[in-house]
Amino acid sequence: MTLPRTPSQTVGPYYAIGLCRRYEGDLVPDGIELAGQLLDGRGAPIPDGMVEVWDAVGRHWGRSGTDDQGGFRFRVPRDAVVLEALVFARGLLRHQRTRIYLRETEDDVLAAIEPERRETLLARPEGEALRFDIRMQGEGATVFFAH
Amino acid sequence: MTVDVGAEPYEGPVVLPDDASLGPEVQVDYPGYRSTRWRAPREPLATLPEELHRLDGPVFGESAIAASDNDLTRQHEGEPLGERIIVQGRVLDEDGHPVRGALIEVWQANAAGRYRHDVDRHPAPLDPNFSGAGRLLTDRDGRYRFTTIKPGSYPWRNHPNAWRPAHIHFSLFGRGFADRLVTQMYFPGDPLFPYDPILNAVRDPRSRKLLIARFDLEATEPEWALAFEWDIVLGRSGAATPLEERS
Repeated sequence: MTLPRTPSQTVGPYYAIGLCRRYEGDLVPDGIELAGQLLDGRGAPIPDGMVEVWDAVGRHWGRSGTDDQGGFRFRVPRDAVVLEALVFARGLLRHQRTRIYLRETEDDVLAAIEPERRETLLARPEGEALRFDIRMQGEGATVFFAH
Repeated sequence: MTVDVGAEPYEGPVVLPDDASLGPEVQVDYPGYRSTRWRAPREPLATLPEELHRLDGPVFGESAIAASDNDLTRQHEGEPLGERIIVQGRVLDEDGHPVRGALIEVWQANAAGRYRHDVDRHPAPLDPNFSGAGRLLTDRDGRYRFTTIKPGSYPWRNHPNAWRPAHIHFSLFGRGFADRLVTQMYFPGDPLFPYDPILNAVRDPRSRKLLIARFDLEATEPEWALAFEWDIVLGRSGAATPLEERS
């Protein structure tokens, strides 16, 4: 017996009522800051989005709603190499899945992506922090994975 | 906030014809839902190795839940206005096994169709006794149950005279990372169904019905509250380990 899966629907613009009642972006208390902007296909900030990240090795989870500049912010383990990430927003009928590489590395996932698009998955150092922007469409669009 | 859909006006239909071949997949670039225009990815999706589809996800325990989280009518001094309802059902995987300990987060508009959110400018009254958010964990049989008031329909600016059918937002964490689901539950018989591009972005009519709760006379509490039943089916990414071997 296989039951049909329940379809996805958008989080809509008011998700913060249910999903961001408090800030849950610190995966670990003394982690390195990982911040970025969620941007649409015109490069405009997405102020009604949300990013969830999961360190599957250390089993640390966090989420951050976006601010009026599309900004999200986490504190992530200093020794983590890659985070699984989900992107939610008004206008996204289903969340999108990507990965955030916190340092340069090589693996099967990256090897399967065209070289010129791999860098969209790599966070870059910015001062003491790491910067990772998510572009939904257009030039430099972040690689999203079928899921 | 206005709904900024870009320079190009969209002249096409708000709702596209049914397409049963899509099954439970929602069409993420559904043109009638205009916010998809600049947000839905346009590049082909990359593939992940199988093991990344089977990753475990975060587990939330009772500590994630507060006492009043399963009764949205008891979070303030007074009772909210509106029609009191019970919403209950089961969370299952595709094999029909219950998903135990799944965190469910719900949020909704009040009875007048207004969200307690700064961005919501619909000129309907806020209710000082209604926040509109709840949190639940499924029990050993995958069951959940909460009390709330029936949300109102409300206008949105997607297209001229656009109204959302009444709905409750649901967010679920299943067993596996890939089982994450955010969706909306609708109420049976809503006259707005044929006009709503968000619901109809699920183009398979049978899959669309899975988003509509069933009126459940058995579960009503006489002289107190009506009841609706809605089962939710997640993927089976966490089911690589047989259920019996899970504690």
